[in-house]
Amino acid sequence: MYAQMVKTGASGVKSIDEMDEQERAFQARIDAGEKIEPKDWMPEAYRKTLIRQISQHAHSEIVGQLPEGNWITRAPTLERKSILLAKVQDEAGHGLYLYCAAETLGISRDEMYEQLHSGKAKYSSIFNYPTLTWADIGTIGWLVDGAAIMNQVPLQRCSYGPYARAMVRICKEESFHQRQGYAALMKLCLEGTEAQKAMAQDALNRWWWPSLMMFGPSDKDSVHSAQSMAWKIKQNTNDELRQKFVDQTVPQAQYLGLSVPDPDLSWNEEKGGYDFGEPDWNEFFEVIKGNGPCNRERLEARRRAFDDGAWFREGLLAHADKERAARMAAE
Amino acid sequence: MTSNKPDTAAKDSGAAPTQSAPRRAEWPLWEVFIRGQQGLHHRHVGSLHAPDAEMAVNNARDVYTRRNEGVSIWVVRATDITASTPSAKGPLFDPANSKVYRHPTFFDIPDDVGQM
Repeated sequence: MYAQMVKTGASGVKSIDEMDEQERAFQARIDAGEKIEPKDWMPEAYRKTLIRQISQHAHSEIVGQLPEGNWITRAPTLERKSILLAKVQDEAGHGLYLYCAAETLGISRDEMYEQLHSGKAKYSSIFNYPTLTWADIGTIGWLVDGAAIMNQVPLQRCSYGPYARAMVRICKEESFHQRQGYAALMKLCLEGTEAQKAMAQDALNRWWWPSLMMFGPSDKDSVHSAQSMAWKIKQNTNDELRQKFVDQTVPQAQYLGLSVPDPDLSWNEEKGGYDFGEPDWNEFFEVIKGNGPCNRERLEARRRAFDDGAWFREGLLAHADKERAARMAAE
Repeated sequence: MTSNKPDTAAKDSGAAPTQSAPRRAEWPLWEVFIRGQQGLHHRHVGSLHAPDAEMAVNNARDVYTRRNEGVSIWVVRATDITASTPSAKGPLFDPANSKVYRHPTFFDIPDDVGQM
């Protein structure tokens, strides 16, 4: 998931008795499946939680360009390079759709950037891992975008209109991301040399567990999920989505002839799904805290891009002001 | 609401921007409308920031029509849009509920009359 551990400002679901009249009417609208639009009344905690969730999601799209951008100049063919460029451009677009959705809740774009650059706002833990080989790029499309789709498809039915609409656009484009990644791995695994196949296996070994962590902590440790689900800004629990992801992905790994790096992985006939091991949650919490392999590098790259672009943003504003002044003088 | 008025202090200093320099206002917000194909209305698709109308159209092309979603783009500064408020929903729209005779199905016309 691109938004992990989004705080709701409460440690449980607010009961009907604890709500005032306005909050009760609001919850009734949500329960009836009505969409909430920007100017509607909403509880402050709903607004704040959405800002946190949507901005974290947007930051993830933006920071997510960095690990893949690393391979644009080194893609093996011109076609792969064009595909990767298009994908990374999509990620920028997804970030923009989401920032717009968050802005409808009363936070400015600059405030959100400031929260990202100061480390106050989080982005998905997954983007703090390095992309060491070309196979990592295929694996990211397959697993990371695959996990994102798993989470984003239900978010299209989210109770907040602008967020739901942004998700519809994003989901339409996301399938390309996953398929191009899997296709790149098919090339390596089914037509490639032994060395290329080994490279793909190595990539899967490194990305498997971080991908499972994308869905966030286990349900029993996920204190904010229940309130977010009551507000319908989250539709499924972390564990439900993780299970679904494993069930879908394992056969895809088998098709490639790759083995999933989990000794506890086994088919459970009774539940009609796989049993699998626990991710290393200590690692997850360390990465979230800022101590992953690339946290510092990613934030540094973001800050540098923002600061280095300042003269350009200001130049265009100055030009726009000058043009407007000239137009007014001519009228 | 955002303003596109440049921060005069930063403008006059002429110095390269640094982190300690006063923060410039962000680019204004534009609402984007796209005509999907000839024969259809322009439809609201989202918003974006741009310094002026020309750049807003260019950015809208990149952000909202990467896959042939449009043949025409409108951009409007968000501050130039006047919207009704949620509290006006009742006074504005409720009166229509009591005027069912505005719908053709309100009138029973015998089958013998033929197509109408």
